[in-house]
Parts: sequence; C-alpha cells; structure tokens
Amino acid sequence: MANTFELISSVTAGALGAASIDFTSIPSTFTDLCVKVSSRSDRVGTTDNLFMKINGVTTNRSARVLYGNGSAASSFTETLYVGELDALGSTASTFSSHEIYIPNYAGGTNKSFSVDGVTEQNGTAAYATLIAGLWSSTAAITSLSFYSGYGTTLVQYSTAYLYGVKNA
Amino acid sequence: MAAGSTYTPIATYTIPSATASYTFTSIPSTYTDLVLVANGATAAASNINVRVGNGSVDTATNYSYTVLNGNGSSATSIRYSNQGQYQVSNEDAYWDTTVSGLIIVNFQNYANTSTYKTMLSRANKASLGVSASVGLWRSTSAINTIFFGGSSQNLAAGTTLTLYGIAAA
Repeated sequence: MANTFELISSVTAGALGAASIDFTSIPSTFTDLCVKVSSRSDRVGTTDNLFMKINGVTTNRSARVLYGNGSAASSFTETLYVGELDALGSTASTFSSHEIYIPNYAGGTNKSFSVDGVTEQNGTAAYATLIAGLWSSTAAITSLSFYSGYGTTLVQYSTAYLYGVKNA
Repeated sequence: MAAGSTYTPIATYTIPSATASYTFTSIPSTYTDLVLVANGATAAASNINVRVGNGSVDTATNYSYTVLNGNGSSATSIRYSNQGQYQVSNEDAYWDTTVSGLIIVNFQNYANTSTYKTMLSRANKASLGVSASVGLWRSTSAINTIFFGGSSQNLAAGTTLTLYGIAAA
C-alpha cells in the first residue's frame, strides 16, 4: 500500500544548539505538510516564544491564539508566534512540543495552518496554545524555519520532523 | 509516523462548484480511527456541520458537543446537547468567502459497535478565531458515512475534503 505519511526531513540540534531549525527545498509532491517540533531554548526565564518563518519571509502573517497557563484562558492575535517554548528556567530536561499542520501547502491559495502546542513542566505555570494561522500568499511553501522569538538558542536535543501527507 | 500504510487516504474530493455539502459513503471498517481534513470557504459567513451515520446520515438529535473558543480578544467555552449536528466550526472559527478555513476532525474507534462515538475537532480561521471541540454521536453503530456541509451557506468551489484512515496495526 502506498506510503502517504512520509518523513521528508528531520533536524536535531547538536551540542552547541542552533539559532534555528530549518527545512529548505521542500518538494511540492505532497498534499499537506505536518511538522512535529520538540524544542527548548537557553533564554533566561521559564518561557520563550517559538516563531515560524515561511519561505524566508516574515510578512503577510496573521494568527488567532487560544492560550491557557494553568490558571486562566485567554485569546490574542499574533503574527509569527506558534507557541510557548520551554526555556532555561523550565524544569530540567523538559522540551515543549508543537505540531503544525499545513494543508494544500503547494497550492495557489493563501496558506492556512493549525498549531497545537504545550510546554508542560513541573512548575507553577505551564502553557497550552491552539493557533489558527495564515500566510496570505499564493506561493508554494518551499521552506520553514523555527526559531526563538527572543533570538536565543535552541538547545541540544531540540528536534523537528517534517512529514509530507498525500491524499492519493 | 512509521513509513508504513497506517495513514491512508480513503477518499478525497474537491468541490467543483458551490454546493451545500459533501458526504463520504461506504467508509470501510478496516481502520482504527479516521481523520477528516477540510480546507476551504463558504459562499458567505457560515458554520460548518458534521453528521455521521451508518448507511445514511443521521439527522436526529443524537449529537452533543463542547467548544473551547478564542477570537483574538477573549476565550470562551460553550456546550450544546441534543443537537441535529456536530457544529465543528462553532463560535468564532466559522468559514466565509476567503479560502482559509481549516478544519481537522478525528473520529476515534469509529467502527466499533459497542460504544457511542467521540470526535475531536480543531477549527482554524486566522481572521476570525480558533476553536477546539469534542463531539459525541449517541449511537453504537459503526460510522460508515460522514456528512460535511455549511450550516447556512454553500461550500465554495475549490474547497478540499480528504478522509484518512489510521490503522493501529
């Protein structure tokens, strides 16, 4: 039977960490993309922000976020943000998890995407985020980049897996 | 996910011209779970309804669902019981004329004939809202039919619907 959920590429940050995790030259042969990110930064504090860049640009992005921190739920608008990120002050060895699903990434319409993210840890607060995102561009998505919104380093063992999904 | 045959497209459909709904029929019972991915628009602002059934679409009031919703300024939760549909885009993440609505629905253990069926949905509309919801169909029948349609408006041409099957082994 055909393989319809296929690993395109994976990245693991090495001993020095990484400023970003990048996927380039994404083939247009799939229908949808699914990215699973496990990451943590070295920012001082208990949390950082994970950002996603599409095709190397930061323009024409919008998002609505549903956010919970263990004591309250809220909602706000964003642009590049795809969720909270465990940081230096988070419980040791905990890495935040994010799943990004992008349908019709190579098509000629604007690109919608869905994000589910968590930064569970054994601390006072942990964060869950659900995001509706949009890149208002008809260009095919050929690259994705994940990085800290504060410009910090993604630490060793941060990983991202990019899968392609075919509908036939 | 392993590079096996555990995430298989069962059927895919692109709406050719404005139409009220599309129904997946004769869904095989050979998978463990189902995933429906819908990306598209409606002729005007409209919620999206999902109904299921066995042999036909169940339009009786056998659905209930609970929604967690965000619209960019506030978070809310609301619950519905004894409904004639599972409104997967309820509250702010409804569809409109821009082709940016994205709905992903998971149907757990859809083919069993012992339990009622639970569904999980994520609705995404970056210009309007984001929601997560859980739905229940009060029937022990296996699901082999899934209806997807606008609650008050047609689905727009170009809307894509794909149903995947996930096998546990």
